[in-house]
Amino acid sequence: MSTIAERLAAAGTGNAIELRGVSRFFGALAALIDVTLSVRPGERRAVLGSNGAGKTTLLNCVTGDFPPSSGTVRFFGEDVTILPPHERIRRGLRRTYQISLLFQGLSVRDNVYLACRGCSRGRYSFIRTRANDAIMQSVADLISLVHLEAVADRLVGELAHGQQRQLEIALALAGAPRFILLDEPAAGLSPNERGDLVAILTALPSHIGYIIIEHDMDVALRVVESVTMMHNGRIFKEGAPREIEADPEVQQLYLGGGHG
Amino acid sequence: MALAQTTETPIGVGAQQRSVSPWIAKQAPNLLLGLVLVLLPAVANDFILDQILGWTLILGMIALSLMFLAGYGGMVSLAQMSVAGVSGYMIAVLGTSSLPKISLFWPWWVAAPLSIGIAVLFGTFAGALSARTEGIYTIMITLALAAAFFYLTLQNWPVFNGFNGFTTIPAPHFLGVNWRDPVPLYYMILFFAALSYAVVLYLSRSPFGLALQGVRDNPRRMEAIGYNVTAHRIAAYAFAALIAAVGGILMVWLNNQISPFSIGIDVVINLLVIAVVGGLSHPIGPFIGALIYVILRTFALDALVAVGLDGRRFQTLIGLGFLIIVLFSPDGVVGIWRRLSERARAAGGRNGA
Repeated sequence: MSTIAERLAAAGTGNAIELRGVSRFFGALAALIDVTLSVRPGERRAVLGSNGAGKTTLLNCVTGDFPPSSGTVRFFGEDVTILPPHERIRRGLRRTYQISLLFQGLSVRDNVYLACRGCSRGRYSFIRTRANDAIMQSVADLISLVHLEAVADRLVGELAHGQQRQLEIALALAGAPRFILLDEPAAGLSPNERGDLVAILTALPSHIGYIIIEHDMDVALRVVESVTMMHNGRIFKEGAPREIEADPEVQQLYLGGGHG
Repeated sequence: MALAQTTETPIGVGAQQRSVSPWIAKQAPNLLLGLVLVLLPAVANDFILDQILGWTLILGMIALSLMFLAGYGGMVSLAQMSVAGVSGYMIAVLGTSSLPKISLFWPWWVAAPLSIGIAVLFGTFAGALSARTEGIYTIMITLALAAAFFYLTLQNWPVFNGFNGFTTIPAPHFLGVNWRDPVPLYYMILFFAALSYAVVLYLSRSPFGLALQGVRDNPRRMEAIGYNVTAHRIAAYAFAALIAAVGGILMVWLNNQISPFSIGIDVVINLLVIAVVGGLSHPIGPFIGALIYVILRTFALDALVAVGLDGRRFQTLIGLGFLIIVLFSPDGVVGIWRRLSERARAAGGRNGA
């Protein structure tokens, strides 16, 4: 695991995420076509677009869940195109999933514990972790960060949808993340829970950047400084939230299209 | 498929209270059971000790290796009986048997560790073959391995001595104890069975065991939080193979023989039945399943004849029992026990309030 100094040094140079000519095909279907995108360290960006625009595929190519059919993916300058997902996680990349992908048979605490263990040494240890181990403190901190203390020992399968979404975010914050990919974190949340989510995201340490996919423009535009619009697998427009909102083409294609 | 639930104890709680008495209180059922099993030779005869309990503990161990993979890892491996078979055959080939042409007559302290090592390699190989598959495909691949090993032993004469197999493979004589005598043999089997049970129970709350349960619930997410799922699955197979391999050697020492029919497809299926009937959600399940199986196998014949039925129908009885358990309690006898105790606790809570 890298030290803070190393991370800051890395954060000062180059791009956090750089895609060059990335395409992804599913059989004859082109989900991503020649996408070139760069995101600076610490930058917070929204990726918007209608259903099927290729947003989630874009995230999957960055995390390695689906490798790109062509093109290269760099993470903090390092070519990670062919690395398996767990190797990218160890380099500080995190993600959440559109549909909650949690460990339903384990408690909230065990879920967060696994995420913390996953990016530390001893993840395959045969020795049980003591209650006074430093990692248990990080687990407790993350649980309180997403306001789940009251249900920490409940099975995840018993949690409400909103709580599962919050747990998704806790899992992505475990370890020392440098960059997080958030796939529709607000989907299915109540207005109150959305407010909590915005508070959690804006309170993240400033060196942690993220890409957020979000249909709820209120949430998305409040927590980012730049926006990438996608359409039919291509990048269609990039700019500041205000410019994108005001752009007539965008309004016609997306905001006016009944998706807003 | 029943899933292992180990959430009653949050991580580390228990380690937090370092005093001894809460630990004893929590372990009371295990300690009591252990005490009964240790004192049993004072009252039970050799038949009960070896043919009932010895068999139960050995089958329980081999089924425990299946339970570890299936309950915690979500991988139903039918190759575990074959892993036991490999170590059982190897102890006959490398050690002592009635076949001087094949057996090497190496001392037990060379032959036994080597046999276990070879069996663990075989089990790890089975894991490497099936780690990228899920569900029915894992079952098919491991079943194919079990069938292949059965036919190999049946048709190979130079090493496995074909369908005759090996006889006269006694437990060794060391520390001044003749371990082939019924009572020492019972204690040896009890020691290894209790050790495997305790280690599996302990591992279920270790990072290795918790991560395995994570792999069971959601392999893709495990990749996304930094685990190498394939490597982890293979490591789990290797650990499970260790338990099955020790069980295999004990099985040969108890029976004094091994042949292809000790590891045939029907035995492989019986092992799965034992694990499922007992319950895949807790390591005690396989031992309960094995006890039910051994008792049925030993006494059902006489009981059936006594009520005027054909004694050979005892397999039907086992099959019916399996159907009933799977229909009414997908997590086996352990699941029935859990539901009953929860109901009792709920009723007690109502009365108390």
